[in-house]
Amino acid sequence: MIFLYAFVVGGLICVVGQLLLDLFKLSPAHVIVSFVVAGAVLDAFGLYDKLIEFAGAGATVPITSFGHSLLHGAMAEGKAHGYIGIAMGTFKLTSAGITSAILFGFIVALIFKPKG
Amino acid sequence: MSQLNNQKDYKKNAKSYQPKPNYVINCIKAFFVGGAICLIGQCLQVFFIHFFDFTEKTAGNPTTATLILIAALLTGFGIYDKIGQFAGAGSLVPVTGFANSITSAALEHKSEGIVLGIATNLFKLAGAVIVFGVVSAAILGVIRLFLNNLLG
Repeated sequence: MIFLYAFVVGGLICVVGQLLLDLFKLSPAHVIVSFVVAGAVLDAFGLYDKLIEFAGAGATVPITSFGHSLLHGAMAEGKAHGYIGIAMGTFKLTSAGITSAILFGFIVALIFKPKG
Repeated sequence: MSQLNNQKDYKKNAKSYQPKPNYVINCIKAFFVGGAICLIGQCLQVFFIHFFDFTEKTAGNPTTATLILIAALLTGFGIYDKIGQFAGAGSLVPVTGFANSITSAALEHKSEGIVLGIATNLFKLAGAVIVFGVVSAAILGVIRLFLNNLLG
């Protein structure tokens, strides 16, 4: 059942993005930025964790989960070390994503030739 | 003055000739492609939990890394841009779109060299995501921590 929920919730989040592109004429960069901020705001109210529990990868694969993980890591360290913990923990949970994006992006750019 | 009016008229006239996006079909495409990417993510997550020592909480890390690797390779082969033309937000919103923006910006500027081309342009588009993510997380984190301390 989690597979169906992941498909539907992930699809619906993308539909919201498509509506922002088509109806509100936002640029792709603006759409992604608003989604990241929206993910952080939802996490601030504790709502995003419930969505992840319900939809699994349907909530963790969209870019909204990037904002959620940034705030989540910041809060975990913040509770342990006070305000400086926010700076210590921000990238703690997103490290795998950012590291692999830089690494694989760099390697692919070295190997492949630009198309078109 | 008349020139200004002409400019206004031009914008008004040109608008009726621009192709109107087909909202319903675009949304259906975005739904199925975006849903399919998340479904692949869910399959990877289950795979990592069952065959490697990952828990439900930590399985997101290898899943994201694998999706990013696939997206970077597809961008290198020029396939991801074709998916993007078809799916719109369906391939933009998942984390694969983030990987695509990093890889395509780096590839585009490859001719300028490895340091000045690839490395400096890697975050050309993805930089906005990280900047806004970190700034909003910092602001919200300070507010929440302040409220937590206040309420005990």
